[in-house]
Amino acid sequence: MEGKKEIKDEKEKISKKEDEKIEKIARDMVIPGETIVSGEDYLPGEGTMREGKKIISTRLGLVEYINRLVKVIPVSGVYIPRRGNNVIGKITDINFNGWQVDISAPYSAFLSTKECFFPRMIRDPEEFLSIGDMITAKVYSIKRKGIDLTMQDRGLHKIEGGMTITINPNKVPRVIGKEGSMVNMIKLETGCNITVGQNGIIWIKGESIDTELFAKDAVLLIAEKAHVEGLTGIVQEFLEKRKKGLKKETLEKKEEN
Amino acid sequence: MTYEKRFDGRDFDETRETKVEIGIIPRADGSAKFTFGNTKAIATIYGPRLLHPQHHQDPEKAKLRCNYDMLSFSVSERKKPGPSRRSTEVSHVIENALSSVVQLESFPGTAVDLEIEVIQADASTRCAGINAASLALAHAGIPMTDLISSVSVGCIGNKICIDLRKEEEDYEEDDEKMATDIPMAFSTRTGKMTLLQLDGKIKPKMLKEAIDAGFKACLKINEIQKKALRALKLKE
Repeated sequence: MEGKKEIKDEKEKISKKEDEKIEKIARDMVIPGETIVSGEDYLPGEGTMREGKKIISTRLGLVEYINRLVKVIPVSGVYIPRRGNNVIGKITDINFNGWQVDISAPYSAFLSTKECFFPRMIRDPEEFLSIGDMITAKVYSIKRKGIDLTMQDRGLHKIEGGMTITINPNKVPRVIGKEGSMVNMIKLETGCNITVGQNGIIWIKGESIDTELFAKDAVLLIAEKAHVEGLTGIVQEFLEKRKKGLKKETLEKKEEN
Repeated sequence: MTYEKRFDGRDFDETRETKVEIGIIPRADGSAKFTFGNTKAIATIYGPRLLHPQHHQDPEKAKLRCNYDMLSFSVSERKKPGPSRRSTEVSHVIENALSSVVQLESFPGTAVDLEIEVIQADASTRCAGINAASLALAHAGIPMTDLISSVSVGCIGNKICIDLRKEEEDYEEDDEKMATDIPMAFSTRTGKMTLLQLDGKIKPKMLKEAIDAGFKACLKINEIQKKALRALKLKE
């Protein structure tokens, strides 16, 4: 028994050594199983777990501190729907009372006829939305069986014209920016209407294909450089450069004509 | 005569040259390639995604479906393509080795598909496969409590060698097979073992030594894996 105790003491010593202060700086890359902070000053948030005195990351991502809360912002992964998210989806099937929608999440999504402004004259749901149509919708409940969508909110409609592009859903917050600053800047510079779905699908509609492609390139640039600091400056520079190029091109075309 | 020096001049506790590449398959949710000398394995993750048929769904957690396969040109004598008795066994073993660290409860009712393709085989393919798979899972953003590192430990005569090559695996003395191959995998943070297989004969005392040596080698591999994942930030 005593021998066992000795081993136990030694193990405790080792674990105490390991308990020495580790503290990652904000925006550091962490790996699953890596200790972010030790000690009881912090609380484990999303993407982390507590084990003994340590807070351990469970996902690949960047560390963020919100007061005492430690969070990991994932850099990859599929879209996991949350209640209240605005998403862009594609109709995949029609039922007698609604539509099956693909919102590129691991669960199936359903939009009931009761949950959209459905003209009474139309009896067949297919006349309102048919297979292959794209819509903007809101996640209003997540049940064990699947996701329920609604279109009864401001700005939710069927998508007509324009183009949709897909980016990694983890990069959506950067595309939107603080209180929509980034997306508003692109809208202003390109004159396009941009709707960003939380599931990483983005709808761009502009006056001409050229402006749409311009906005698309800007969005893709953000997605590519999502983890660079001072992203607003880079995007602004890109937009200005491109705008000059576009003006030149149009002038040249006019001259040729 | 005993096995005194290794065929390729390595130390007995040295692995072959390891190489890691992450995100090599753009269409997949996560992917990684792991190389042990001439052994190369690619792992890809798709999902979590809808699981069909529906009666396979588990309402409590996601299902990890692993598929291990060797390409027909990966070995010197052409391997008949398609699943075999061996590949189904290895798939199962890898699935069990990984599922203890993957937090599958986060995505109930879904499936996580793991495909491991061995594009070049020179012994310890399942270890390379597990190493690649654990990287691919991390890259796919699936919550995990730790990374899994794996290595095969060989016992030739009374020498313990890390990471056997095919040549060493087939080592013979007086027409008698000398090598014992022990693939093992560890969760290095907790030190828990998730895979242990044994092919051949070994003394109980030697097995303990082999496990200790394997754990040490896994710590080194774990460092390589971590380094590769950290480098992702710079790339992006």
